Amino acid sequence: MEFLTLLSFGPGGWGDEIARGALLTVELALATLPFGLALGLLVALGKDAPSPVVRSAATVFTTVFRGLPELLTLFIVYYGGQMLLTRLAGYFWPGANVEVNQFLAGVVALGLVLAAFSSEVFYAALKAVPRGQKEAAAALGLPKWQAFRLVVFPQLWRVALPGLSNNWMVLMKDTSLVSVIAINDLMRQTAIAVGVTKQPFFFYLVACLIYLAFSILSSLVLTRAEARASRGLKRAGAK
Amino acid sequence: MLDALLTPIGQGFLAVAGFIGLNADLMDRYGLRFLQGVWVTVELVGLSMIFGAILALPLAIARVEGGKITSRLAFGYSYFFRGTPLLAQTFLVYYGAGQFREFFTDIGLWWFFRDAFNCAVFTFTLNTAAYQAEILRGGLQSLPVGQNEGGKSLGLTRYQIYRTVLLPQAYAVGLRPLGNEVVLMIKSSAIASVVTVYDLMGVTRLAFSRSYDMEVYLWAAVLYLLMVEIVRRVWDVLERRLNRHVAVSR
Repeated sequence: MEFLTLLSFGPGGWGDEIARGALLTVELALATLPFGLALGLLVALGKDAPSPVVRSAATVFTTVFRGLPELLTLFIVYYGGQMLLTRLAGYFWPGANVEVNQFLAGVVALGLVLAAFSSEVFYAALKAVPRGQKEAAAALGLPKWQAFRLVVFPQLWRVALPGLSNNWMVLMKDTSLVSVIAINDLMRQTAIAVGVTKQPFFFYLVACLIYLAFSILSSLVLTRAEARASRGLKRAGAK
Repeated sequence: MLDALLTPIGQGFLAVAGFIGLNADLMDRYGLRFLQGVWVTVELVGLSMIFGAILALPLAIARVEGGKITSRLAFGYSYFFRGTPLLAQTFLVYYGAGQFREFFTDIGLWWFFRDAFNCAVFTFTLNTAAYQAEILRGGLQSLPVGQNEGGKSLGLTRYQIYRTVLLPQAYAVGLRPLGNEVVLMIKSSAIASVVTVYDLMGVTRLAFSRSYDMEVYLWAAVLYLLMVEIVRRVWDVLERRLNRHVAVSR
């Protein structure tokens, strides 16, 4: 009963604060997703590019951001971005001091990591689309961009989706790291609640269960998305 | 004696570092700290992986062999630890343990949970055990049923079948994912720095907070990439050695 009061909404409980943090966590993950996936697709196409310079740049990108701890990437983007922008601004307005928005730094850092991991998935999927598909599109006279958008991408998407689902799950969990650079996400709101109530075990368990609920919800949605992406396909075992 | 040998090496290293434009002063002050940090990270990862492997074995077997309740419990364990962030788990253990201080003192375990390093190893062990159990379960379930039957027809006991027939093959199947798990663990171990462990990340944060020089983050990046690359190379060799009897279609 005492614990229910702690979770209640309103001045005495922490329910509303934690709910707000959870909302921010979801916002952060959703904001990162399009940026990370678009960059990941671009890097995957870069790995397939005719130019060797572009190819090796894409490989270096994945190697670095897959190999660095997410926490380190976050710090490099946050503090490094701050210093870089301050220095750049200094050329135009001497003495200027730039503050990087934490949310934006979180989106960029998590997006770079997501891009590195999803580019591997996209690249494998790109290889799974038979060459003839692209050639057929060219034979129909489709311009390159349309051939990619209408012919290659839908097929690539179907193959990539299970891997991308995995990346999304990892991203959801990685968002907790941004609490370290003082974003009021689920993790940080929980920490604040702990600081006041001195009930760390209870509150961190609640936070874990909320993340778990997000995972379960995501996997339900993604299973349906995978079924939808494969709707044009007949499986060997299907009726 | 050793000192006389190491000092010129260290100074030579600093001279080279200064020559290629790195901050030799900063490196002189924090270089050895960084090496200690690398060692703490290696300890964190090594201990967690070993204890995790020990814990993963019964979990995986419970998933495969257990009845309805045992296998579901093992599944629930894996699901919880794979579905929640490691940072939250670490806080749960580190700060949560402090809350039950009297209880832990009573059962004589407070000395263990008092130390942040121990808490980190404890959490990472529970976490990696969940992942390793899934890898091992996948390996076990990928084996044809004939392997089990063959063992039985030779009159082997259940334990012998596992030890000599099934597990070696399951580990061979899971070798690559286990290598990936080591890499993931190296990366996740940076989280220990948040609960005051001076691993590589912790030392980096300390050095940065005192110097405000971005360079320290770049050193950390290089050291982490180096560790990951070494594990990758070692695993390539391991795979070639241990799986050399498997016909590879590449």
